[in-house]
Amino acid sequence: MSKTRVVNQVRPSVDGKGIMQGRKGYTHDFVPDDALIVKVLRSPHAFAKITSIKTDEAKQLSGVHCVLTHLDFKRKAHTRAGQGYPEPSPHDTFVLDYYLRYVGDEVAVVAADDEDTALEALSLIKVDYEVLEPVLDFEQAKDNNIRVHPEEDIYEMFPIGFDPKRNLAAAYHMEVGDVEKTLKAADVVVESSFYTQAQAHVMMEPHTVHASFDVYGRLTLYSSTQTPFHVRRIISQTLAIPLSQIRVIKPRVGGGFGGKQAIHGELLVAAIALKTNKPASLRYTRQEVFESTYTRHPMRIDLKIGAKKDGTIQAIDCYGLSDTGAYGEHALTVFMVTGSKVLPLYNKVDSVRFHGDVVYTNRTSSGAYRGYGAIQGNFALESLIDMLADKLAMDPVKLREKNMMKEGETSPIFEIMGEGTEGTAMTMDSCKLDVCVEEGLKLSKWHDIYPRKQTNNKIKSVGMAIAMQGSGIPYIDMGAATIKLNDDGFYNLMVGATDIGQGSDTILTQIAAEALMTEVENVAVYSSDSDLTPFDAGAYASSTTYVSGNAVLKAAESLKAMMLKEAARVLHVKERDITFDGKTFKAADDEITLSSLSNQLYYNDEQKQLTATESYVGHKSPPPFMAGFVTIEIDPQTCEFEILNYTSVVDCGTTINKALAKGQIEGGIVQGLGMACFEDVHITKTGRLISNNMLNYKIPGVHDIQSLTTMFTDSFEPSGPYGAKSVGEIGIDTPPAALANAVYNALGVRLTSLPITPEKIFKAMKEKERNHA
Amino acid sequence: MKVNGLFKPKTLDEAYHKLTEHSKNVVMAGGAWLRLSNRTVEEAIDLSVLPLSYVKDRGDVVEIGSMTTLHEIETDDTIKSLYGGILSQAVSQIMGIGLRNVVTIGGNVVARHGFSDVITPLLTMRAKLHFYKRGTISLEAFLDIRGKTTDVLEKIIIPKRKAAGYFKKVTKTALDFAIINVSVTCDEEGFSVAVGSRPSVGQLAYEAMGLLNQAKDVDEKHIDLAAFKAADLLKFSDNHRGSQAYREELTAVYVKRGLLAVKTCFNQRGGHDD
Amino acid sequence: MINITFMVNHRKHSLEVKPGEYLIETLKRLNIHSVRRGCDTASCGVCTVLVDLKPVPSCATLTARLAGKNVTTVEGIHDEAGALADYFGLEGADQCGFCNPGIALSVHALKQQSSPITEADIKQALTGHLCRCSGYVSQVKAIMAYLKDDAHV
Ligand SMILES: Cc1cc2nc3c(=O)[nH]c(=O)nc-3n(C[C@H](O)[C@H](O)[C@H](O)COP(=O)(O)OP(=O)(O)OC[C@H]3O[C@@H](n4cnc5c(N)ncnc54)[C@H](O)[C@@H]3O)c2cc1C
Repeated sequence: MSKTRVVNQVRPSVDGKGIMQGRKGYTHDFVPDDALIVKVLRSPHAFAKITSIKTDEAKQLSGVHCVLTHLDFKRKAHTRAGQGYPEPSPHDTFVLDYYLRYVGDEVAVVAADDEDTALEALSLIKVDYEVLEPVLDFEQAKDNNIRVHPEEDIYEMFPIGFDPKRNLAAAYHMEVGDVEKTLKAADVVVESSFYTQAQAHVMMEPHTVHASFDVYGRLTLYSSTQTPFHVRRIISQTLAIPLSQIRVIKPRVGGGFGGKQAIHGELLVAAIALKTNKPASLRYTRQEVFESTYTRHPMRIDLKIGAKKDGTIQAIDCYGLSDTGAYGEHALTVFMVTGSKVLPLYNKVDSVRFHGDVVYTNRTSSGAYRGYGAIQGNFALESLIDMLADKLAMDPVKLREKNMMKEGETSPIFEIMGEGTEGTAMTMDSCKLDVCVEEGLKLSKWHDIYPRKQTNNKIKSVGMAIAMQGSGIPYIDMGAATIKLNDDGFYNLMVGATDIGQGSDTILTQIAAEALMTEVENVAVYSSDSDLTPFDAGAYASSTTYVSGNAVLKAAESLKAMMLKEAARVLHVKERDITFDGKTFKAADDEITLSSLSNQLYYNDEQKQLTATESYVGHKSPPPFMAGFVTIEIDPQTCEFEILNYTSVVDCGTTINKALAKGQIEGGIVQGLGMACFEDVHITKTGRLISNNMLNYKIPGVHDIQSLTTMFTDSFEPSGPYGAKSVGEIGIDTPPAALANAVYNALGVRLTSLPITPEKIFKAMKEKERNHA
Repeated sequence: MKVNGLFKPKTLDEAYHKLTEHSKNVVMAGGAWLRLSNRTVEEAIDLSVLPLSYVKDRGDVVEIGSMTTLHEIETDDTIKSLYGGILSQAVSQIMGIGLRNVVTIGGNVVARHGFSDVITPLLTMRAKLHFYKRGTISLEAFLDIRGKTTDVLEKIIIPKRKAAGYFKKVTKTALDFAIINVSVTCDEEGFSVAVGSRPSVGQLAYEAMGLLNQAKDVDEKHIDLAAFKAADLLKFSDNHRGSQAYREELTAVYVKRGLLAVKTCFNQRGGHDD
Repeated sequence: MINITFMVNHRKHSLEVKPGEYLIETLKRLNIHSVRRGCDTASCGVCTVLVDLKPVPSCATLTARLAGKNVTTVEGIHDEAGALADYFGLEGADQCGFCNPGIALSVHALKQQSSPITEADIKQALTGHLCRCSGYVSQVKAIMAYLKDDAHV
């Protein structure tokens, strides 16, 4: 591969300066002055049925324009998941419903002149509830007498194991070889159950959306969404408005992490705007973000590994139970990723089984979240690998090195498991996991510390884990890009790809600039707008760099070919006799600058607009890999610990932007550490969330992490744009297992439920002492 | 919180009368905590217009005006030198500078938060509160009073003593409320030990203190016993930040560490420790 | 309603405010968009502004108490924020950016400190500015480098 000039370099985010300077950019900055303020009445009960709802008083309040309840909507089951169509999530949701399935579920919606009036109107709505007993414990949900979804008019789009009579949103089973048999024959078998919690996304910008009619009478939404095109489709399908009458604009988004993949208030503001013919604006309070959007799927994972005495791993058996909460968004697909993007790490097994259930409960819904099932599975697998090493009296790193995926290898799982469907066979054309481990050992000074070191009254220890993810959803999710040549020779790049803060506008611009042999400043990027930019599935499944990036590369190459053709015409030579350096087209004895050529094309001679649109859909999903190493210092008396360092060595192929790739990894690591260490969900006995604000749900702050060491291996993925794979999710996967392993290495206690708090470690220590006594 | 009116008193007397005039009138200090409540306030009495933001060295005591912000306290040199600087340390661990520029010591004390990181060290600094009407009472006495405070806190008075101090806030993450907070001091009158966020508000561990203060020479055995007593006799309970059992353990550990840290001062009573 | 006069970014504003109106709402009325809401509980740092050069959460600051005060939002330190953004860009510290205007203001306040600024000072200044994207380490590095070049270190 020849040297790149713009790609694989550092470029500041194209919008970084404007954002820092406070320029208008985010959804709420564009609320029309005359927008009605929308507020939602939410269920105080975990499970209830509305027996009567009276809105007269609220409607009569001066300043109130509209009050909507379930009686105002035609019943149409849909899913808010924000996925491609047909969705692999059950259609089990109604815009407003007479059943309320969690504390925070939507009862009614009000639009008024201002917030105070809207809030007062909410208090005037009289609702009679038949309060039902909820299912709050996901381990009790399957086949419980209480049915979370008793209604008949809900369905799956294709078989996903949906069985609401049994409280199943989805179920899955796959097996390669005969696991029971291999386990029976194995020299050693280790097994354990692992629990992961409903981590909240806590993106800094709350979910925000507003809708209004433009001068053409079309409904225009601004939304802080990761999936503008899916939003448009779901509004059209659910509210029965022609798709052609809807435009969705995604401005700057203040973080998503999966939490803005699904739709949130879009249907409500659209309905209000349609009803009142006025602009309507809804901004979630932080409490609503916690209670009424989504969380990570909590899971229990029962895992067994069988191995030979020499450390050859022969069988992995994984049963998972996942809690989808009140609605089944991403129920199946997150669950499948728990297997498909975790188990292939140890690809040389004789047999492997992955199966389990995704159950409904009366809790806040679960949905997409960075890591998307892989972090849950990784915690279980990478903890159990250390437990196996312990049992075999083998070094856990050596055990991994012996069994893990290597370049040129494959796993049968790739072909069997896709996202909701069958998968795609692939070999690892790029896999530098071995280098990741080797370099990480050095950078983390592993051998100086492993397993532990006494320092004064504290113990320093290390723990590690390896991980993989994917790059887009092959054969399903498409990304497209349009590049337009302007006079003076600069370009517009229009992408449906959704910049939500991860920097996709910047890296896609870099790809275009590299291909067009120019600089980032010559490419003006715009995303995303369902009217103006070509389709893109959206910012999820680690797809933007790989899928949308390939689309941009193709579009740039196409446009370059068009420009060459025009230059050849003007210079009266063959295209192959021209060289182009980004600025000038040179033939043997004549030349023309891009600037003159484009000016001629606009104003003087054979005028035409050059525009190229290309799209890309993956034929595989090359996994990025990484090895993560945590160094902790723990006080053995109180079990409080500090994260001294986290070393990440990553194979994401080529880093399109070195600084932004580092940002993705480090942000993911710290978000993963939050889940590993203290982020936790607390509910009351009746299912009300206690951790529903930032006083009670804490995310990491600047003092929670001392240092991060982040490195990228030299790697090149032939199918990726300039050799790139994805980097958005992989960072989050390793911290939980690495921390659990470090705690074990320090104190000899094994924590199998997240978060790993000092108090839990303390209890485990006491338990150990008792068992010894 | 809904505020129907904002009253700007010219004197403490005006503030006091406004407060007692209507049950829905409240004193507003930083206003950060009030803001989180759902109540409707008839008139918020804006104390920020009165000259109540100061730290005054009066020779034998230091007076802190009730409207002094936590950030002002954190950066004040006089307070840094009081009881080993534990009050400065304690407030510097509450959220970020932005919030500390708003919230006040008076608001913290009068609110009597269970988690207060201010009350716990103040208890061990023998702090007194001076209210406009009621006059001066000890902080302990104030904590025993139930119900809404219908007086205006003017200042907090801390004796200037030769003393050593130790403060520890145990949290899951730096920006969280405490699982427990522990303050231990030693001055010429002896040891003080207080534990807060149990999860109820800070309290002096009298038995532990008595045991230490009756001893001639405090050795490791006394310290172990005092730490045990503090953990055993103070009341702890569960909340989602920590269990009763873990709180007791933490108390035993940190009271001991605190006593070890300040003990030299005790054993040099009458001597010259700084 | 209460009449007050105060300065925002060196411009005088006289206006009527409700007794319970918070500065974050008033600034929106004055068409200042950079001060955004993150949490509703004064816990996230997103809506930070400077009042007489001190950072405060504007969601917990009543406008009616600001008579005669100077309020600074990031619009008031435009060039400085732009310079800081360059350093964020080089470190990969700029992602969704929702927390960035508040951080720029806290850095501006930090620069008023007379003694040399240390890494610990930067961490103190960043405490309370929650960021879900960056992992903080790159932010600290970027601010350090910025202050060094700006000769405050
Ligand atoms: C997000 C957040 C996190 C926090 N974390 C911590 C923490 O970790 N540790 C900790 O110790 N504290 C913490 N606090 C509390 C903070 O330190 C203050 O105690 C709290 O904000 C009250 O101070 P204020 O000035 O805002 O008072 P206000 O909210 O104005 O008043 C609080 C109460 O005291 C009354 N009051 C105030 N001043 C007087 C007076 N002079 N006379 C009579 N009555 C008065 C008021 O009427 C009101 O009832 C936190 C606060 C917030 C908002």
